[in-house]
Amino acid sequence: MTPDAKGETVLEVRDLHTHFFLRRGVVKAVDGVSFSLRRGEVLGLVGESGCGKSLTALSLMRLLPKGGAQTIKGEVLLGGENILECTPAEMREIRGRRISMVLQDPQTSLNPVFAIGDQLREALLRRKRAPLTRAPHAEVMKEAVAALRRVEIAAPEQRISQYPHQMSGGMKQRVVGAIAISGEPGVLIADEPTTALDVTIQLQYLKLLKRLQAETGMAILFITHDFGVVGRMCDRVAVMYAGRIVECGPVRRIFEAPQHPYTRALIASVPKMTGPVGRLTTIEGQPPSLMDLPVGCRFASRCSLVEQRCLDAYPGTVRVGDEHTADCWKATPA
Amino acid sequence: MGSKARVRRTARVPWIPIAIISVIVIMALFAPLLAPYSPIDQTLRDKLLPPAWMTGGSDKYFLGTDAFGRDILSRLIYGARVSLMVAVLALTVGGGVGLAVGIVAGYVGGAVDSVLMRLVDAAFTFPAILFALLLSVTMGQGLGTLVIAITLLLWASFARVIRGEVLSLRQRDFVALARVRGCSAPRIMLTHILPNVLNTFMVLVTLNIGVVIIAEATLSFLGAGIPPPTPTWGLMISEGRGRIADAWWVALIPGIAITLMVLSVNLFGDWLRDRLDPRLRQL
Repeated sequence: MTPDAKGETVLEVRDLHTHFFLRRGVVKAVDGVSFSLRRGEVLGLVGESGCGKSLTALSLMRLLPKGGAQTIKGEVLLGGENILECTPAEMREIRGRRISMVLQDPQTSLNPVFAIGDQLREALLRRKRAPLTRAPHAEVMKEAVAALRRVEIAAPEQRISQYPHQMSGGMKQRVVGAIAISGEPGVLIADEPTTALDVTIQLQYLKLLKRLQAETGMAILFITHDFGVVGRMCDRVAVMYAGRIVECGPVRRIFEAPQHPYTRALIASVPKMTGPVGRLTTIEGQPPSLMDLPVGCRFASRCSLVEQRCLDAYPGTVRVGDEHTADCWKATPA
Repeated sequence: MGSKARVRRTARVPWIPIAIISVIVIMALFAPLLAPYSPIDQTLRDKLLPPAWMTGGSDKYFLGTDAFGRDILSRLIYGARVSLMVAVLALTVGGGVGLAVGIVAGYVGGAVDSVLMRLVDAAFTFPAILFALLLSVTMGQGLGTLVIAITLLLWASFARVIRGEVLSLRQRDFVALARVRGCSAPRIMLTHILPNVLNTFMVLVTLNIGVVIIAEATLSFLGAGIPPPTPTWGLMISEGRGRIADAWWVALIPGIAITLMVLSVNLFGDWLRDRLDPRLRQL
């Protein structure tokens, strides 16, 4: 993989629908999500709690939670191949090698009864498809040390024999990162990887992710609810609301000229570093129930610019600029 | 968890329980070398002699003799053999089955879980002693029958506790990430779930050693266990039961042996659990 081959689409999601089928009804948690991810790019997926960000990520891995969740429609094209049609055995080959993931909580992301080195070893050997028992121990451990050094862990030779509880949260999250990229995946899904870390460690971790990306050329789907992190990390942003992506575009465009009222409201509710200090804007009301979605625009009930047509029908996706789309009746086509 | 008291106790190796367990294990292993007499031969002339330190006791029989004039020390030494053998076999088989069922039910979930757990419920409603009696009638008395009977008594409680543990482990992110890495379900169960429930398993085993020894005693007492005259601790208690008023040592000595054994194993298990917990290591 060469990092300079930026631009080629590695992951394309088309019209993804993942619903929960419960006795009380159908929860449309992911309801028509489309986006694409290019090599060497960071796409931010932002939205409030419960808008379907994490479930979108799990749908891509095909690791839906037990209890009625099902992907009923759509395509997930990984290097042109629709992985929704793969067999479970094929999926196991894909996971870890072509698409990998980092989760929110480093405290529970590592197995508490194994030393760090052994957990890295499992991941490293899987990459080579080597049988776990026959691999020479010393050699793999040398690789594990290198993997830890790559994620900037000091004194990796000592760390390798330590247990997760002997490390700080930031360090654990680095180890989780090392394991996630050990299979050299083309796509990394990072589901709020810095939420559980404190702010100074967050910054270090984000810089590390950026550096690793520059080295490997992998594409990152970065899920977060923090616009500050988006500005630092992402090339493009997709804003999710009630199971759909309502606006998607380059970071700069989204920050400077948001087209969807929801995006605008979200950005307005982030405290600013400059300008007079006033009351922070909030978005009134609640998102619609995912069991009983309105026919029209899903943000209509909270939107200050709402009109009759917003309630009558869902607005199509409008191209509002270069690589910039918004699902709003009021958006002006470019 | 992790309180100062716990940590301090962790640091102290329980030498006394280890010594007691070692003595009993050595007794069991080298019974023919250690026992002064045969455990079966009767010397009716010397029946019901009290232990050597009491008035009327004989230097020949340190712990006295039973109603048939058999040396209690020798029977105790040989009895350790049977009790330990039954405990090891029943806990290996019963505990192993329970562990496997618990992990599969907890991890796989769904219909598999429902079916396995209904089996566990059924096993709990089963009158184990009645079943053991039935087995001894159909298969004949002996070690095999006893082990099967105790296994049937044990596996369900192991399965239920382990399943509960696995249900909470399954929710943890490291299991999700193992799947993300492409690990198969059997691999996750073996390398990620199993080591995490071993502590619980060890605690269950130590707690159940007492249960097994008592179950063996009960079944031997009822005539469904090891047939006499082979000595087992339970059988010795039941043989001494009728003479508790005038020859209390016949029942009390094996009773003390069972108590010491169960207590030591529990104390040792407690320490072992703390040692095995990596969260408490190197504190």
